[in-house]
Order: sequence, then structure tokens, then C-alpha cells
Amino acid sequence: MHATAPIKAAAHGTKPLARVGNTPLLRFESLTREWLQIEILGKAEWANPGGSVKDRAAFNIIETAWQSGALRPGKRLLDATSGNTGIAYAMIGAARAIPITLCVPANVSMERKRILAAYGAEVIWTDPLEGSDGAIRKARELYQADPEKYFYADQYSNDANWLAHYHGTAAEIWSQTEGAVTHFVAGLGTSGTFMGTARRLKELNPAIRVISFQPDSAFHGLEGLKHMPSALVPKIYDPSLADSELEIGTEAAYEMVKRVARTEGVLLGISSGAALAASLMVAQQANASQAESATIVTVLPDSADKYLSESFWSE
Amino acid sequence: MSLKVSIPTPLRRYTDGHGVIEVSGGSVASALESLLQKYPVLKKQLYTDDGRLRSFVNVYLNDEDIRYLQKADTAVKAGDTISIVPSIAGGNLVVG
Repeated sequence: MHATAPIKAAAHGTKPLARVGNTPLLRFESLTREWLQIEILGKAEWANPGGSVKDRAAFNIIETAWQSGALRPGKRLLDATSGNTGIAYAMIGAARAIPITLCVPANVSMERKRILAAYGAEVIWTDPLEGSDGAIRKARELYQADPEKYFYADQYSNDANWLAHYHGTAAEIWSQTEGAVTHFVAGLGTSGTFMGTARRLKELNPAIRVISFQPDSAFHGLEGLKHMPSALVPKIYDPSLADSELEIGTEAAYEMVKRVARTEGVLLGISSGAALAASLMVAQQANASQAESATIVTVLPDSADKYLSESFWSE
Repeated sequence: MSLKVSIPTPLRRYTDGHGVIEVSGGSVASALESLLQKYPVLKKQLYTDDGRLRSFVNVYLNDEDIRYLQKADTAVKAGDTISIVPSIAGGNLVVG
């Protein structure tokens, strides 16, 4: 496209997309103050350029498809998303001149709608009563009607999703804890974060306990997470990987978000609050079992930026 | 008077699979009360233990969020549709 563009002699600074991954690992001391041998650590995924953990999967999905030729000039990337993955695709698409079509439930927040529009993505709104499963059905329908037009990224079935975490997130956690990680905790949405990170950590040290969590009910407010028994189950999800599973209530996540805002000075998104609530349960179990020490690591998918107009802050 | 309540997919397991329930009432509050009389198990899904609508539950009257009307006191008339929509990060039914 820009084959004749001159190569710049000077190249200071960082290309925006080079900032995907290598996120900070934050230590939440106020949560474990009474237990000297236990620490809870969280990957601050909002440090990714698109503001969420989904940059990792989206970047790897696009990169892998581009290398294989499945995504090439003339094709549009198509996927279903209720938020952060759409933002990630839209951001990367803008930076790499790849046209993006997203199927999104119409009840996403105004902020999300404006972010997608600002990056220039095409959005097809789906029935809010059907949630993300309605968006998935619409994306499948569009793809089947015109398979030549689209590269259907299908984050729920695409191995490049979990592989982003297998090669990225897990390696970062291993290195940032100098191999001391004893527990890994993550929520299930597409399940990519949990599958990829847990698989790799288990290879690095089979003694690491990997714990998945999901909403406690089909009807919940945990953005980005899925209640597996009642949802379209992602193809990449293998329920046998987890050593144990936890259920987290929406209100428990809100409470943790507010607690961490006031005690740690960190403004978390709702699923990040759920991740810390789940990690705290794991810490309590570790303490009760009188484990020698526990280094519990979780993934904090995003910050409070997109949730500040939610009513729970003032309740 | 008779009006309809649209039930989102994840709650239909509590309404015998029905997506639309006929209810009666003169306000949003009484219409929702009528819904809970038909399906008492919905109460725990929609309300907190102290009786407030859960934060992520949005209620719309014919596409208008009742927060911007008279909330639960909003008057309803025959033929209206109330929609219960879980918020996806502060959901908004009006496509902008």
C-alpha cells in the first residue's frame, strides 16, 4: 500500500501496537494484610493500548490470520463481541488499515459505542435481550451469507485467542514472579485467558493450581464473563483443565471494585473486581489449609474507565 | 389493564421459556409486582436482599429507561411493553 513511502531515518518512541502485552503485575497488599505468607497479584491489562486484556487475543488473531492468508487485502474482519474485543479489533484495524465489522448487542454503553465509532469500525447492532449469544448468531449468519467478503475471526473458537496467553501472559507471569506463582485465577468469557495461561503455567510447574471462575447465575452484570451452563460454550473451552472452579456474584464484584478504589487507589473494571474477589477466596482457602506460602496471580481485564457511569458506585 | 414484559434470554429459564409475559398494573412497579406473582423465582434475580433493583438491571418502558422517567412510579397503559435488559457496562437500549 505504501511501498514507495520513504523509510524514516529516525525512529524514536514506540509504535502503538508494540505496547500490546508486557503489562505490570500489581500487588494488592491490603487484601492479604493479615496473612504474611500470602500475596495476591494482578496483571494490569488496562495498560494495553486498547485498554483491555482483549488486545492480546485480537492482536494474535489478526497476526495469525494475516500470516496464513486467511485475512488479506480485500477482506473484512468479522466477529461478535460485547465490548473489549471489538475495541481491540477496531484499534488494530485502524492502525493496520484492515476494515472491521462487529456484531454487538445494542445494550452496550454509550462510551463503547463512541469508542468503536471513533476508530472507524462498522458495527451491526443485535437484540439486547439476547446478549452476546445473539451477537454470535448474527456474525455466523453474516459470514454464511457471504464467506468471501469476510474473515470470520470467531474469538470463541480461534486457537490464536488462547495461544496469545500461552505465549504471552503465562510467560510474563512466570518471569514477573520469578517462578514463584503457586495459584492462577481467571474468569471465563471466551475462556482464552484461562486456557492459554493455565496450560502454559502447568507445563512450567505442574504443581501450580489453576482456578477458573464464572458468574454465579445466568443473569449477571459481570461484563465479558459467561455463565457456562446457560451460554453457548466456546469451542476453545476445556473444562477439565481447571483444578477447581469458583462462582462469583455480581454484587461481590462491585464490593471489591469499591474496596480496592478506596484502599489501593486503583480503579478496576467489574470483571477485574470479580477476579480479585475470586483470588481472595483462594487466599482464604490457602490460609485455612495452612499452606506454607501462596503467590496468587490473576488477570485484571480492564479498568473502571468504561464503567464510571454505573449506578453501583453510589449504592 | 394488560401490558407485556419482555424477558431477556438468561431469565427465560425462570419463566418456563417464555420471552413475553402478559401482566397487569397501572405503574411499572405494579406491573413488575404482577410479574413476580406469576414467577416468584424472578425476585432473587431482579432485586437485592433489601429490595432494590440490582444495579445491572435496566428496565425500559417502550425503549425509554425508566431511570429517566419517573422510575418505578412511571405510569403504564394498555399495550405498553416493559423490557428487562441486563446492562452490558451501563447498557443503553437506544442505538446511538
